Amino acid sequence: MTTITRRPEARRLPAHARPNRGRRRSWVTITLFVLPALALFLLLVVAPIVVAVYASGFKWNGFGGLPTDFIGFDNFTRLLESEIFFTDMWHLLVLVLLCLVVQLPMALGIAMLLNQRIRGRAIYRLVFFSPYVLSEVITGVLFSLILSPTSGLANGILGLVGLESDFLADQDTALMSLFVVMTWKYFGFHMMIYLAGRQNIPNELLEAARIDGATGWEVFRHVTLPLLGPTIRISVFLSVIYTIQLFDLVWILTEGGPAHSTETLAVTMFDIGFGRSQVGYASAISVVMFVLSLVFALGYQRFVMRRDLEGATTAMGDTR
Amino acid sequence: MKRPTLPLHAIAWIVGAFILIPIVYAVLGGFKDTSQLSTNPFGLPSPWETGNYTEVLAAGSFWRQMWNSTFIAVLTTIVTVSLSAMAAYVFARFAFRGRELLFTVFTAGLMFPFAVAILPIFVMLRTLGLVDNAWGVILVQAAFGLPLTIIILRGFFRSIPGEIEEAATLDGCGPFAFFWRILLPMARPALATVSVLAIVGSWNNFMLPLVVFSDEASWTLPLGIQQFQGQYSSDTSRILAYLVLAMVPALGFYAVAERHLIGGLTAGATKG
Repeated sequence: MTTITRRPEARRLPAHARPNRGRRRSWVTITLFVLPALALFLLLVVAPIVVAVYASGFKWNGFGGLPTDFIGFDNFTRLLESEIFFTDMWHLLVLVLLCLVVQLPMALGIAMLLNQRIRGRAIYRLVFFSPYVLSEVITGVLFSLILSPTSGLANGILGLVGLESDFLADQDTALMSLFVVMTWKYFGFHMMIYLAGRQNIPNELLEAARIDGATGWEVFRHVTLPLLGPTIRISVFLSVIYTIQLFDLVWILTEGGPAHSTETLAVTMFDIGFGRSQVGYASAISVVMFVLSLVFALGYQRFVMRRDLEGATTAMGDTR
Repeated sequence: MKRPTLPLHAIAWIVGAFILIPIVYAVLGGFKDTSQLSTNPFGLPSPWETGNYTEVLAAGSFWRQMWNSTFIAVLTTIVTVSLSAMAAYVFARFAFRGRELLFTVFTAGLMFPFAVAILPIFVMLRTLGLVDNAWGVILVQAAFGLPLTIIILRGFFRSIPGEIEEAATLDGCGPFAFFWRILLPMARPALATVSVLAIVGSWNNFMLPLVVFSDEASWTLPLGIQQFQGQYSSDTSRILAYLVLAMVPALGFYAVAERHLIGGLTAGATKG
């Protein structure tokens, strides 16, 4: 009897960590085991972000130790007065909305489709996910060739029905073209998350709904979709966080052009920081990206994922 | 209950075509020369030109980039996984004041966009003389890989029953021996998962090598591809051949490690 009641306690506190056995020795272990990771993390993750925040208050070209030419919030006012900042923010908004309205519903639909018993679904799954493992550079270079206005495959196909376009070379279509490439590369990732989420829903629930006379759509709308809620909220979260720092694909495809029509915050930051060595000003853009991510992450977790977090943390230890 | 699956197959085929046509185009395009590519973009190559592929394979730069990418990916994985495993062990199986706070510090790292840190990191690496040094990339990648790896491993370590640890302690096993001889061997599936994530992340990384490596000798595959495109911009079929050869390791690795990759990504997504 006592072993049963003590079990959870024993699980959390291994013998050598209990107060009666070598407390000092366990502190030595704790320090030795955590310190390397902590040191690396503080030095290369936390410190650079602190430095970025600090440098954003200076006019600095990145040379000669720490910056000295303090200019207060001038970098931020300059950023807020620049047109490019609002262009970047607009692109962020457009890309996030497109993800929410096109990419994620498509991924969800395909996930539901592949959850049916159709022949070859393992192969479909393998194929749909495969672009995710190719690097952004491979994807970007491949599509810059395919979308080339003169010799690309896309115009070769669309030309048959008279729908040629300049894609990335035209500032009216460049952002859309970028989004198509993003969808090609990332929808499989979201599809996989949805598939995993769907498999955690007990089939009994869906069968019960069906026995009660619900149609396929009604089962999806009123049973599957609500139960997929936490999964969907996480995939939305990842999409937004990713889009805030979007860089690689854009840099390879267009470098932000033509005429800034695909530029993102990260591309502007990179261009100003590395291209023009205005490290202080570029750091201000970094800080904006950081604050955007942080505010979004905290706000989203507070208001949208609140209901899911409890489940997620308690499930953590038990999933395997 | 049997429903017609034809419309489902039709949708799957359309999506499959959207995904596969670019890849097939690249593979076939590599076997054409550039004039064939413009006169005959869709069809099979005739004749099949193998020259693009063999010339890329014969060039030393491709193999050097492959080696650099491999070297960096392997060392990044070793550093990330070993440091994370040690920290995750403490977070999972020791009770001490400040544990949750410390753990939260690491998990907060998931929210730090890498792009935010790139400028200070570059300045720091330049000050330390780590520009054009593979360790500059390895250590930074490892540092940014810690949060997710620690979260996944801690979850796994927690799921190992306390009775096993008690039995080991009774048999005279200290915390180090328990970690090394019992916990790590038991955690092999989780270690494989996080290793696969680290390898793929490192293999595909572009932004960091882009700023750290200026010397061609230290370029990784993504840098090489980007530069190759610039150098042979008019020779599309040759670039396609280079792309296809660069895809092979990634797709091959995916074929071998699919289960771990997807398991890790979905676990990371649902736990992060």
